[in-house]
Amino acid sequence: MGDIAEMVSQPRQEAPPEVHVEFAGVSKSYDGRTLVVKDLDLRVRTGEFVTLLGPSGSGKTTILMMLAGFQTPTAGEIRIGGRPIQNLPPRKRGIGMVFQNYALFPHMTVGANLAFPLEVRGMGAEERRERVGRALELVRLGELSDRRPGQLSGGQQQRVAIARALVFEPSLVLMDEPLGALDRSLREEMQYEIRRIHRTLGVTIVYVTHDQQEAMVMSDRIAVLRDGVVEQIAPPEGLYEEPERAFVASFIGENNRLHGRVTGMTDRDVCEVETGGVRVRALKVAPCEPGDDVTLSIRPERVEINPEPGRYRNELDARVEDLTFLGDHLRVRLKACGRDDFIVKIPNVLGHGGLLEGDGVRIGWTASDCRALNHEGGEE
Amino acid sequence: MGGGPGRRGRLRGAMRVPREQLRALGLVAPLLIFIGVTFIAALATMLMRSVHDPVVADALPETVALLRGWDGERLPAEAVYETAARELSRAGEERTIGQVAGRVNRVQGGLRSVFTRTARDLEDEAPDPAAATGTPWRDALIALDTAWADPATWHAIRTTGERFTSRNYLNAVDMDRLPDGTIARQPEERRIYLRLFWRTLLVSGAITILCLLLGYPIAHLIARAPPRRAALLLVLVLVPFWTSLLVRTTSWIVLLQTQGVINDILVAIGLVSDDGRLAMIYSMTGTLIAMTHVLLPFMVLPLYSVMRGIPPQHMSAAASLGATPLQAFLRVYWPQSLPGVGAGALLVFILSIGFYITPALVGGSDGQLISNMIAYHMQTSLNWGLAGALGGILLVGVLALYMVYDRLVGVERMGLH
Amino acid sequence: MKMNGCQRVSAETTGCGDCEPGLNARVPVMLAAVLAVAACGSGSDAPQSITTVSWGGSYGRAVNEGANIPFTEETGIRIEVEDYNGGLAQIRAQVDIGEIHWDVVDLEIADAVRGCDEGLLEPIDLASLPPGADGTPAEEDFVDDGRTECGVGNLYWSTVYAYNADNIPGEKPATMADFFDLEKFPGRRGMRRVPKVNLEFALIADGVPLDQVYATMDTPAGLDRAFAKLETIKDEVIWWEAGAQPPQMLADGEVTMTTAYNGRIFNAQVLEDQPFVIVWDGQLLDVGQVGIVAGTPRLEAALQYLAFATSAESMVRIARRISYSPMRKSGMGLVTTHVVAGVEMEPHMPASPANAANALRYDWAWWVDHADELNERFSAWLAR
Repeated sequence: MGDIAEMVSQPRQEAPPEVHVEFAGVSKSYDGRTLVVKDLDLRVRTGEFVTLLGPSGSGKTTILMMLAGFQTPTAGEIRIGGRPIQNLPPRKRGIGMVFQNYALFPHMTVGANLAFPLEVRGMGAEERRERVGRALELVRLGELSDRRPGQLSGGQQQRVAIARALVFEPSLVLMDEPLGALDRSLREEMQYEIRRIHRTLGVTIVYVTHDQQEAMVMSDRIAVLRDGVVEQIAPPEGLYEEPERAFVASFIGENNRLHGRVTGMTDRDVCEVETGGVRVRALKVAPCEPGDDVTLSIRPERVEINPEPGRYRNELDARVEDLTFLGDHLRVRLKACGRDDFIVKIPNVLGHGGLLEGDGVRIGWTASDCRALNHEGGEE
Repeated sequence: MGGGPGRRGRLRGAMRVPREQLRALGLVAPLLIFIGVTFIAALATMLMRSVHDPVVADALPETVALLRGWDGERLPAEAVYETAARELSRAGEERTIGQVAGRVNRVQGGLRSVFTRTARDLEDEAPDPAAATGTPWRDALIALDTAWADPATWHAIRTTGERFTSRNYLNAVDMDRLPDGTIARQPEERRIYLRLFWRTLLVSGAITILCLLLGYPIAHLIARAPPRRAALLLVLVLVPFWTSLLVRTTSWIVLLQTQGVINDILVAIGLVSDDGRLAMIYSMTGTLIAMTHVLLPFMVLPLYSVMRGIPPQHMSAAASLGATPLQAFLRVYWPQSLPGVGAGALLVFILSIGFYITPALVGGSDGQLISNMIAYHMQTSLNWGLAGALGGILLVGVLALYMVYDRLVGVERMGLH
Repeated sequence: MKMNGCQRVSAETTGCGDCEPGLNARVPVMLAAVLAVAACGSGSDAPQSITTVSWGGSYGRAVNEGANIPFTEETGIRIEVEDYNGGLAQIRAQVDIGEIHWDVVDLEIADAVRGCDEGLLEPIDLASLPPGADGTPAEEDFVDDGRTECGVGNLYWSTVYAYNADNIPGEKPATMADFFDLEKFPGRRGMRRVPKVNLEFALIADGVPLDQVYATMDTPAGLDRAFAKLETIKDEVIWWEAGAQPPQMLADGEVTMTTAYNGRIFNAQVLEDQPFVIVWDGQLLDVGQVGIVAGTPRLEAALQYLAFATSAESMVRIARRISYSPMRKSGMGLVTTHVVAGVEMEPHMPASPANAANALRYDWAWWVDHADELNERFSAWLAR
């Protein structure tokens, strides 16, 4: 987090890094049989931007709705600032919320939409006007106060929705896939916008999305969810570089996943794995014994083609199947390790050494870039 | 877009439009003709009848012309009597006397038989003018019936002899034109229509409010229910539509009457004593209950259609913004449902203004509404002119209401899609 | 609205028996008539069928079994039956446009007279009708009541008042005055929501001799007196519109006594075993009429049917199915028992000497003159 955030969130800096939101053993079932959220433990620190990332049905929206108060946990406790809140109605939780389709009130002007939360709190007209003006400035829509939501573009509506969730100065803001309805370029613009606002105000934000790139751009930490369980929670770099589960590795960024079996240990952290008829050395992430099935995860950009011999502990033969020029990099599909969808990315700066389809090449990578993860059946 | 392709496209479009329009017109033509014949033509005819009535003027043209010069107080001149006798006799032969008699009878009760009898007697034996001196025709007519010596009789002919008349509209607001031409209110015991208009408005207003109070939660329930249950609930709301109005009304009689189901239950659980059974039917209460039931679907359907378009997220959003459920409803939900409220209320109000079967069956002595009188004049008294005038006033009232609604809410926002 | 074939346009009927005008006949009926007529050409061939229009309900069934079916058997001319609720509106619409699809119509006598005056009905020569059962020429066979220019009388019927014996303990009502006596017989009363009949009953109950009733009503003071008498029971009256309502209200205990058509009460007594009692005192004796719509292209067949349906034999067949008395002298003595229930009809007949002794003859001519103003006055009085 940058300097601005530290400056703005001064008051909360007195006892950092305090826990703002805490889920303790929370489970949720709609039908009494299947759990959509399973025994969730999650802490969000004050001023943190945490994203719940996962495919649809992974329980991320349910978690958000429980936090907002629209769903009740079946078991467990949710605390805000240390106080259990299950019995508080949504309106008393003081949480700002941005909904999937904005949920702007179409019969009110933008100004009235923003004034609404202030009005129901009994705030005077003068202060309301002042705060609404400030909130609109924050999202750079100062001049649109008298328009109706229907007269605004999607991006503008999105800004209004964010302004409305912030105008009553909540310390916690929830966002439920707020950018889903926008087109790509607008979405990227809004991602930076939201990040800017977060840093300006220093509020705690819990954000839900299924778009990993979106999560990477904005989040301090990302919780990857699958089937109601947090697979891994870590900063974006951590998730990318050090995925602990095969699911996480595949969900965040592109990677080569190879199914193999542990044949032995070379030292404490590195194990030897046989995959597709070759033996490779891999970083031991999950506990494993010889004979265990594992999934190897190798990022395409960490593989070097025709490396200096002896540079890597893993070196093997491959054959170029397909070449795709993508501007900043060249994407090479290889036949290697017994499969023909092994991907390697070569940054354009290095040139591509005149590779041709059908060429036989050597490839190599370090043992630490090849992560041996729990094997998950049916995922390959 | 500019240049060749665009212009060619436009040209092709221009060539195609008339044929498509013609085809479209051909497709809607049956509907247009149907509406033209059944609605506009019928409406125009009835409104025309309310101001135009040529029966007497056609049957007794000369008499009517001569009466224009009559002072309205003394008996008319001998020439008037002679002409009237001739034309009455002819009307008798042509069998139009019945309609003439019916017209004058509306102005002066009792004249129907005077006219039909006089015409018949004149046909049978015309008086011989040569046999008498002075005013033979006057004497002869007065001899046939003393009503011919009453200026009121001649006033009735003169009044009904106007082809274009305001009489029906005057009568429709309990007024009448006196023989001296002044307009005055009807005698107390004949003032009825204003009272009925007023009552019709009150009853319709009450029914509209009842329908809204009952229909709003139902519509909301259906709009928020999961699809399957919503479909079931909609069917339940629509079932009354598929039942004959008379059957529905009769079933209310079975339920509400003194020895009816509801009273039986109340007595059985001891809420009321057997002697103290509630009189819920044959009174205004019965009218209100039965009509509210009959008209409820017309309130629920537009409300439902509008409410389904209000995202449930809005209520969540309002709650997350700090609103109490009441605030969320009043500030967020209610304003968005207003188009449905307006459409439903307008529908129910207008329909209840035109209702008459239900009030006739379950309403007590005070259950009569203006439509019952219109039906009476259409069916029984055959006074289509007055029926047209009463209908015309209702029509103007409804149009005025519609314009007020348009001004307040905007017709384009009405939830009738 | 049902349109079957080319000439069928019926009002929305619901089988309400001795129907009254104004209940459920609706304005669109006219329009439908217009449309149907516009859609169909007029057939000029010898008719294979004619359309008769009647009141429906139990009366309609009696006419169907007593006249229509035998007529078709005898002549081969089919009969399409339609129900209506009285009034001249539909007939006038057909005559005005000149496309007639009703041929023979059952009429209230006041409508028969007005329709005749307005040229809506064909004049009928009584002499052209068949002689009575005993050979008496038709002109002498028909009773004098209800001879009109265009209508042929067929049956007598009465508006009476009746009570449910189960609901009145002790002394039973016996006179018209009892109907208006709330102290002696407390409880709600049923009356038809029209001035006709009610004003007459009020004056009779107030002590006006039968032969003075219409003379009294002809004066403003007399009308005031009638309304004043009605006023004494107004709060207890439930107003009915359909002929089916009074027996139902009696059976349900909704009213203690009610005015009703005698045939309706008879049906309830005989076919449904209801403990209803008709009070034959001061009741209004009315006559039904049959007429032919002016200008019908099937005049010959219509006349043939009219002659058949108003023959003494047909009247007797009808009267053995519903308690309405034949209007031919030669038919009166031939009505024996009800065809289903087997009960002797004589004690139930409105024109039998015992029942008619204290009956008031309906003065249709007076009502033709005064219906307009009295309906307005009655409605105004009700609304107050």
